[in-house]
Amino acid sequence: MSYGIEIEGLVKRYGETVALDGVDLMVPAATIWGLLGPNGAGKTTIVRILATLLRADRGVARVGGFDVQRQPDRVRAMIGLTGQFAAVDEALTGYENLLIVARLLELPARQAKQRANELLERFGLADAARRSVKTYSGGMRRRLDVAASLVGTPKVLFLDEPTTGLDPRARADVWELVRGLVADGTTVLLTTQYLEEADQLCHGVTLIDHGRVVRQGTPAALKATVGGQTLQVRAENRARSGDVGVIVVEILGGVAAAESDDGMIAAPLPTGYSAGATLAAVATRLESAGIEVAEIGIRLASLDEAFLALTGSPATTEALR
Amino acid sequence: MNPVRATRHGLTLAHRNLLRFKHTPDQLLDIILMPITFVLMFVFLFGTAVSGNWHTYLQFVIPGIAVQALMFATLGGALALNTDLRNGIYDRFRSMPIARSAPLIGHILGDAIKYLLAVMLVFGFGAILGYRTSANAPRLLTAAALLLAFAFAVCWIGTLIGIVARAAETVQALSLVLIFPLTFGSNVFVPTDKLPGWLQAWVKVNPVTQLSDAVRALLAQQPATAAATHALLWTVGIIAVFAPLAVTAYRRRT
Repeated sequence: MSYGIEIEGLVKRYGETVALDGVDLMVPAATIWGLLGPNGAGKTTIVRILATLLRADRGVARVGGFDVQRQPDRVRAMIGLTGQFAAVDEALTGYENLLIVARLLELPARQAKQRANELLERFGLADAARRSVKTYSGGMRRRLDVAASLVGTPKVLFLDEPTTGLDPRARADVWELVRGLVADGTTVLLTTQYLEEADQLCHGVTLIDHGRVVRQGTPAALKATVGGQTLQVRAENRARSGDVGVIVVEILGGVAAAESDDGMIAAPLPTGYSAGATLAAVATRLESAGIEVAEIGIRLASLDEAFLALTGSPATTEALR
Repeated sequence: MNPVRATRHGLTLAHRNLLRFKHTPDQLLDIILMPITFVLMFVFLFGTAVSGNWHTYLQFVIPGIAVQALMFATLGGALALNTDLRNGIYDRFRSMPIARSAPLIGHILGDAIKYLLAVMLVFGFGAILGYRTSANAPRLLTAAALLLAFAFAVCWIGTLIGIVARAAETVQALSLVLIFPLTFGSNVFVPTDKLPGWLQAWVKVNPVTQLSDAVRALLAQQPATAAATHALLWTVGIIAVFAPLAVTAYRRRT
């Protein structure tokens, strides 16, 4: 199997902070691979190293077989990058933005114009081509941004949180585009905080947290590892939520529990835990601790909880949505 | 990366710089409105007081305001560069197979054209009001060359500010701290001998004064060698100090 991206033992430090702590990652050519993790997990750092914007302290990274540190020009010639911040020029029109990129890639004038128009057409921006990007909606800007990274028909495309801040419709549009690219043979590495996105789009997913790979596999396999059931308890007295959390974590053998805004404690049921027995055990412990229960039950785990269970990241709903 | 390709990339990005300029009316206003306001204000408000009548003052003040317009034009350039560096667009350039210096070359080339435009506008507007020059072609060209060279030098200062500043407000503040003493503490508006003695010491060495004097003298067919030499020395000095600083800062930032 040929690989679009190969990473071995990648380490990156910023002073005392370890951003990447030995990351390995192999992305087969012509697949969509998701890098999943909370804010600050190291996703963007990996993308920046692969896009030759940042030097790793240790380890090897190859894109399309070329070493990003030793052959950056070869790598640059075959990649496209859509960063977290839209890298389009607000003052220019959509057409001019693409034209400048095409000219930088040394396409002859006629071909450059042709390529710009072709991409605008394909990304549904033909009507807005002559308008200043300032007047574009968030979704249009993103599409233009992705279009700009495709001017040079890259073999490997990096999309750093391509759908953050987009409405569901615009998000679906971007997904459709990405699927089309991979059908044409492009390798896509995308970072996301949305499990749903990884589930819908990616052939494979790498979960990272605190600069380490936590788990790797297909989205389906990932969900299966957390058993698929969630325990939920809400105390009558909101002040006791913390105690409830401690009990739940203890009974479930140290899994991460999340507290929602209304004081509901939720934790994934690890494999091998029976729903009924766990429920009984929790109820008994709460009773003896003198905690009045408002709500208790077991339901199927959501993807967000699977994610939480695997990364063990603090349960900020922000990071999950 | 060979120099021909680097230049080609630089020219493409200079083109981008100018396209932005075309589409951004407030940047245009900086360059058009400011000099016109200054010409009108100084000529009609203070002209008679300084020179006896505003016609004489017009001849004196136009070359100086041209230099001032050029100084103010750096502010817009520095702001634009700063914005570019803070959003993702430089990341895109850097992840492309282009010369690393191309964005900087593009920025400076594009800005130089804006400066030229600002200077031409001042002279054009001055001409409408009655500014006349008796200079022959070589003198005109020398004056233009001095102005352009100085613009290029000042552009490096603006570039450095644009690169090191973490916020647009910082660019604005730093630029004004630089521009005000240089333009108002000069003989752009009032002849040196009419300024208070303590101020004259600074005004006389100020590059803006030197350049204004040189351009005035060149355009009025008067001896200009001394002032022109000083202006040129300043120009070379500024480039020698600020170009390496800006390039170093650019390398560190990108």
